[in-house]
Amino acid sequence: MAAKALREMGRRRTAAAGIGRRRGFSEDAAAAAGVAERKVGGEGKELNLFTAINQALHIALDTDPRSYVFGEDVGFGGVFRCTTGLADRFGRNRVFNTPLCEQGIAGFAVGLAAMGNRAIAEIQFADYIFPAFDQIVNEAAKFRYRSGNEFNCGGLTIRSPYGAVGHGGHYHSQSPEAFFCHVPGLKVVIPRSPREAKGLLLASIRDPNPVVFFEPKWLYRLAVEEVPEEDYMLPLSQAEVIHKGSDITLVGWGAQLAVLEQACEDAAKDGISCELIDLRTLIPWDKETVEASVSKTGKLLVSHEAPITGGFGAEIAASITERCFQRLEAPVSRVCGLDTPFPLVYETFYMPTKNKVLDAIKATVNY
Amino acid sequence: MAPWLARASSQLARRAARRLLSAPPPSQHRLCPPGPWLLSSAPPVLGTSPLPAAGSGDSRGFCSVRRFTGESSAAAAAAVEEAENGLVAVGGDQAVDFPGGKVSFVAEMNFLPESQKERINCYRVLDDDGRTISGSRFQEVSKELALKMYSEMVTLQVMDTIFFEAQRQGRISFYITSHGEEAINIASAAALTIDDIVLPQYREPGVLLWRGFTLQEFANQCFGNKLDNGKGRQMPIHYGSNRLNYFTVSSPIATQLPHAVGAAYSLKMDKKDACAVTYVGDGGTSEGDFHAALNFAAVMEAPVIFFCRNNGWAISTPTSEQFRSDGAVIRGQAYGMRSIRVDGNDALAVYTAVHAAREMAIKEGRPILVEALTYRVGHHSTSDDSTKYRPVDEIEHWRTARDPISRYRKWVQGNGWWCDADESELRNNVRQELLKAIQVAERMPKPPLAELFTDVYDEIPSNLREQERLLRDTIKKHPADYPADVHI
Repeated sequence: MAAKALREMGRRRTAAAGIGRRRGFSEDAAAAAGVAERKVGGEGKELNLFTAINQALHIALDTDPRSYVFGEDVGFGGVFRCTTGLADRFGRNRVFNTPLCEQGIAGFAVGLAAMGNRAIAEIQFADYIFPAFDQIVNEAAKFRYRSGNEFNCGGLTIRSPYGAVGHGGHYHSQSPEAFFCHVPGLKVVIPRSPREAKGLLLASIRDPNPVVFFEPKWLYRLAVEEVPEEDYMLPLSQAEVIHKGSDITLVGWGAQLAVLEQACEDAAKDGISCELIDLRTLIPWDKETVEASVSKTGKLLVSHEAPITGGFGAEIAASITERCFQRLEAPVSRVCGLDTPFPLVYETFYMPTKNKVLDAIKATVNY
Repeated sequence: MAPWLARASSQLARRAARRLLSAPPPSQHRLCPPGPWLLSSAPPVLGTSPLPAAGSGDSRGFCSVRRFTGESSAAAAAAVEEAENGLVAVGGDQAVDFPGGKVSFVAEMNFLPESQKERINCYRVLDDDGRTISGSRFQEVSKELALKMYSEMVTLQVMDTIFFEAQRQGRISFYITSHGEEAINIASAAALTIDDIVLPQYREPGVLLWRGFTLQEFANQCFGNKLDNGKGRQMPIHYGSNRLNYFTVSSPIATQLPHAVGAAYSLKMDKKDACAVTYVGDGGTSEGDFHAALNFAAVMEAPVIFFCRNNGWAISTPTSEQFRSDGAVIRGQAYGMRSIRVDGNDALAVYTAVHAAREMAIKEGRPILVEALTYRVGHHSTSDDSTKYRPVDEIEHWRTARDPISRYRKWVQGNGWWCDADESELRNNVRQELLKAIQVAERMPKPPLAELFTDVYDEIPSNLREQERLLRDTIKKHPADYPADVHI
């Protein structure tokens, strides 16, 4: 009950515009917070991230009658409004609330997917995904392999909001992606923006493998960009080079991309040219794109919100060191969360903020 | 649906309806509009309460125990009398509209007891001597079906005995027998159709046998050869078959139960004339997934049968150290689900109960919990010696006096459908067929190395391609480190 109340409180506070102003994608992002869509004409509309997710879910349900959306509180639209309007349009048989039980949601979803359906399950916060860990790790991920491909639950997609939000404390802020990156059979996907979220979510839903899809909840309302209205998919396991650069490669995913982007801009003022890469899919990840970039720049910085020790940044650092040892001109730098539980009043201290990244960029470039 | 079964089912529905009807009528003096979370009236005012808030409608009244704090003894005595008459303060305005229906207020503080006075009874058709007990009603089985059931029970028993021996001889790495639970395996399977989706634990190979998995297929899996559906990736007894709608066994306990709810929901949405059936042991009922699955199934009205094999032992842990409830059957009601306890060593009772459960599950769109009382006559697995934690007498008693196969045989033989000659012929045939299957499976090569990397995903990703390349280089350098029977 307490957790539930907290979650709802989290929702209300998140709904208030203005928090996290410093993390907007553009100058007008914070001002646009809370505005679901604004017509800009042309091919798409300006949408925030939760609306882009919502659009993807509408398309997923519309294009496949064997698709289902469910989870705690999704019936009325979800605590982050991602499932708004779905139950009205597609009916309560296909869009429904589940009991408050994450292992039940994941287990039910595995069974539903194993019958040839697209099961799109929501875990309300990534912080609450752990009761479902066994179902995801031991069941979903191994379903195809252990049966010799007699069965699979490839239609399964688990969506879950992750990451810092400015006031979430221990249990509304975590970034648990590394746990899932240790599990063969899963794909882990994290979008950085509305356009990416829509295309990557549709690709995840239609991918014939179970996907854990983490949504940066800080950006649900803050990130606004033009999103094509049509049905489109973005490729999984393909990183994207967002800015070309020559001095150092920066790699991140999800909400951290906004921080890296700002660090890039500030570094440019000091004459440092950064190449910025959004990994997008964490497993199986696109080593080749990162390798090609580091071979060119000779320096690598990886950044994520999750605690540094055992984070996915460690995997990237190790792999790229193996592949680019001769080309590296400085140690791989990691700017990540601290090895503490996610702390409420110390959030700013904990976070891999822009200036921490900027300092690390300078230290690496001047090594 | 058999007429008596239809009667039983509608009786249940009537009983439920009566419960609803017997609730007190709604208040005439409702101040608030009826809403599920609103008290329909002020809380009861009994005697003269010393508390000023009494009767003012504040929320404390909702679970008031005031009458124990300051009433006159006369009022208290009157209330006790009321309670004994079963007419406890349920006047027209002393109930609440609460989600799920009207709830009456009473003046007595009564905790529900931890258990019923008597344990939930157990449905049985055959007595220990294989005679139908008087008054027993059961789903009729034809001679042909009865004999097929018997043959498959014997086949399962022989298969278990021989595979167990094969493990002891070091020919397979592991095995789990179903000794003592042959009736549960075969009779439950016989009551289903092939369209019903089975999500097994691991002590139900008889269900797969019934569906047509051949002895050769069983042997292929246990030897992990290249014809094993599972491509040699899992330990022996982790069978699975898409053709036979039998999901692949996984070792973790009870994880299949929530899957069954999802599968059942899918069947319901597709309007299939089929249900999902999932099995679990007594130990598995302690897992979170058991709770998750039963609750989801009830809420989603999923056509699924939860079949609990209460065989007394979860490896070495007896049920007395597993739960304090009256087994599993009692928990059905707590989830809002029909349930039945059945004699698991009585093939006809198991068959009849599952047959009826299936009808209700599909026709009425609801989950059913079946608890079969039985005994794990064998060890937990070939890695276990159960005489270390339970008396040999107990095992012997269940192995002999309560053996489900011989009890059922007496009934079949009593009908004049079976004789000793049939028996020895059957056992010999199964034995011969199985020994041959084992020889074939043993000689069959293992799956090739390439299959190590397939099926992790639908397509092999680049990291696995790279790892395969590196591994092949290593094998070339150190061939002696690797088994010769895996084709490189």
